[in-house]
Amino acid sequence: MSSTPHAAAGASDAEAAEGRVYTVTGEDWDEIVAAANEGRDFESGERIVVNMGPQHPSTHGVLRLVLTLEGETVAEVRPAIGYLHTGIEKNMEYRTWTQGVTFCTRADYLMPIFNETAYCLAVERLLGIEDRIPERAQIIRVLMMEINRVTSHLGGIAPMGLELGATTIYTQGARLRERTLDLLELVTGLRMNHAYIRPGGVSQDLPPGGLEAIRTFLSTAPHFMDELHTLIDVNPIFVARNKGIAYLDLPSCMALGVTGPILRSTGLPWDLRKSQPYCGYETYDFDVQVTHTCDAYGRYLIRMAEIDESLKIVGQCLDRLADRGSSGNDPVMIQDAKIGWPARLSLGPDGLGPSPEHIAHIMGQSMEALIHHFKLITEGFRVPAGQAYAAIESPRGELGAHVVSDGGTRPYRVHLRDPSFTHLQSVAAMCEGGMVADLIPAIASLDPVMGGVDR
Amino acid sequence: MSGPAAPPGPPGEDSDNLPARAGEERLAEPVISTGMFGAQTTGDTSGFGRLRVLQAPPLHSERPYGSYFDAVADSLGGALAEDGLGFADAIERVVVDRGELTLHVRRERLPEVAAKLRDDPALRFELCTGVSGVHYPEDTDRELHAVYHFVSITHNRRVRLEVSTPDADRHIPSLVGVYPTCDWHERETWDFFGIIFDGHPALTRIEMPDDWKGHPQRKDYPLGGIPVEYRGAKIPPPEDRRHYQ
Repeated sequence: MSSTPHAAAGASDAEAAEGRVYTVTGEDWDEIVAAANEGRDFESGERIVVNMGPQHPSTHGVLRLVLTLEGETVAEVRPAIGYLHTGIEKNMEYRTWTQGVTFCTRADYLMPIFNETAYCLAVERLLGIEDRIPERAQIIRVLMMEINRVTSHLGGIAPMGLELGATTIYTQGARLRERTLDLLELVTGLRMNHAYIRPGGVSQDLPPGGLEAIRTFLSTAPHFMDELHTLIDVNPIFVARNKGIAYLDLPSCMALGVTGPILRSTGLPWDLRKSQPYCGYETYDFDVQVTHTCDAYGRYLIRMAEIDESLKIVGQCLDRLADRGSSGNDPVMIQDAKIGWPARLSLGPDGLGPSPEHIAHIMGQSMEALIHHFKLITEGFRVPAGQAYAAIESPRGELGAHVVSDGGTRPYRVHLRDPSFTHLQSVAAMCEGGMVADLIPAIASLDPVMGGVDR
Repeated sequence: MSGPAAPPGPPGEDSDNLPARAGEERLAEPVISTGMFGAQTTGDTSGFGRLRVLQAPPLHSERPYGSYFDAVADSLGGALAEDGLGFADAIERVVVDRGELTLHVRRERLPEVAAKLRDDPALRFELCTGVSGVHYPEDTDRELHAVYHFVSITHNRRVRLEVSTPDADRHIPSLVGVYPTCDWHERETWDFFGIIFDGHPALTRIEMPDDWKGHPQRKDYPLGGIPVEYRGAKIPPPEDRRHYQ
């Protein structure tokens, strides 16, 4: 290390004007600290303010953390958000109820299927058709949500390793995650922003070979998970960086509205899939995972265990779908010509679109079908006035959709209660008084996604 | 702003609710929509909308409410009575709709009701899942609504509180003292709707930039956007597209 109290050869005027310049060459941290402390009065509690982000590789997107530091201790941390605000809720008010799915799926982009489901459940409650959703659609919804949960949890765990400096954790996690994304792409056509779950059901049935592809994935996933466990679980660096870090106990979780894996790391088995089931979750066999450590390591363990539980549920969904046989007469959209999207989709030479049979039907056979098709696609359906709040257990916690209708063909107001938004508030409670380096695993253990935070 | 005290006029340059460059991007007057072909009603002659298109939600539900809703109302009434408050003093009306319980709370009583919801052993709504604003410009003197959702983990129940405030006096007591999680949610509702939460420790912009003008989720705030050209055709911004009512 070399320090240049005065302008020296190589130091520009600007550097000289900034005061003392330290040149770090590596393995000289003690010297830098000693030089920086020289002549400082620590009794007065000198503090510096550091902006971490909004462009920082370990802030999970465009999150800005305003840190007030005393040495290496975090005296205050204030998250500043809004950099990814895209007006999703406002935009939905200018589209039909079905088109709204295309917008809300982009909110928390690591769990698009969950955003869609929460919104659709609220719309279906407003329509009063909750009991009329076809069984097959409900199974496919659960199947897709659980695949998405695996994707999302891996998207939380793998970058967590990367942020701690372990690129292998990232590559190993991303390797399995790619396979889940392949499944989502196979079923919906897209890796993200699916717009797959629609009010009344899902947009299309599983493609030919879909069941087999998911089953193949199920047979290989445990091996990948074992590798991840072996790599991470008792890794001394990972454990040292995460155990006892980002402590948040049950009363704090309640006060701050924290749910999901963070709440379950306090030992409270609160999972909406069990306590307030939706989409038929009460008929699936799975366990709620808890730890009692209240720390970042406990949240990691919960996410890993929840991936295993999700794989269990996916297997049960596959069995049920296999039992139901072919999809010929098994609808995936509500059998109501006034609500259900009329066209079955199929892959043509110019991409995905209404199937040729459907086109032939509406253009050549049935005037009524043409009217229904035209009205539903241009105008959309009307939703009786009122409001509904549907909450589901997303990978990050309670994801709620507060949907208000004025009786028209467009949502009057849609509000997504996003868990990431709520959880970011707890950063101050978890990190103040700790070391600045512990912020990184703390944020990673919250697993915030800025698309959901800012919407 | 509207209301009996201040008659509504065309929103001027100094209106707090509109975006900063309102005059440049907007028409002077909003276009009055009359429906297609001059229809006065919905214009729906196909029966597609099932003729009964507008079904107002029940404004007031009578007992028995069904499910656990009676128990919640009884417990809340009892808890309020301990403080010498009648149920009707705090709760304007009770609405049970689509299996959800909504308590319309008088805004000055909101913190007391919330504290009872949290603390009373028979209620124990430990978790507040935040505030959502709704703007009803037609609902005179009750234009702005703040909607709170609560979860009781102890009893596995949900309840919704709804508070309304006139646009001319858009103040609602803050719940941060009772449920700290409302901190950011109230900031967001202020940011988007302009509802001022009295007693909030730092009611500042959260999603919009600090120097933003206007409250974007209000119904008088335009969506904006520009026409997009695609293969020779101009697609108007969503706000200006033809739509059906």
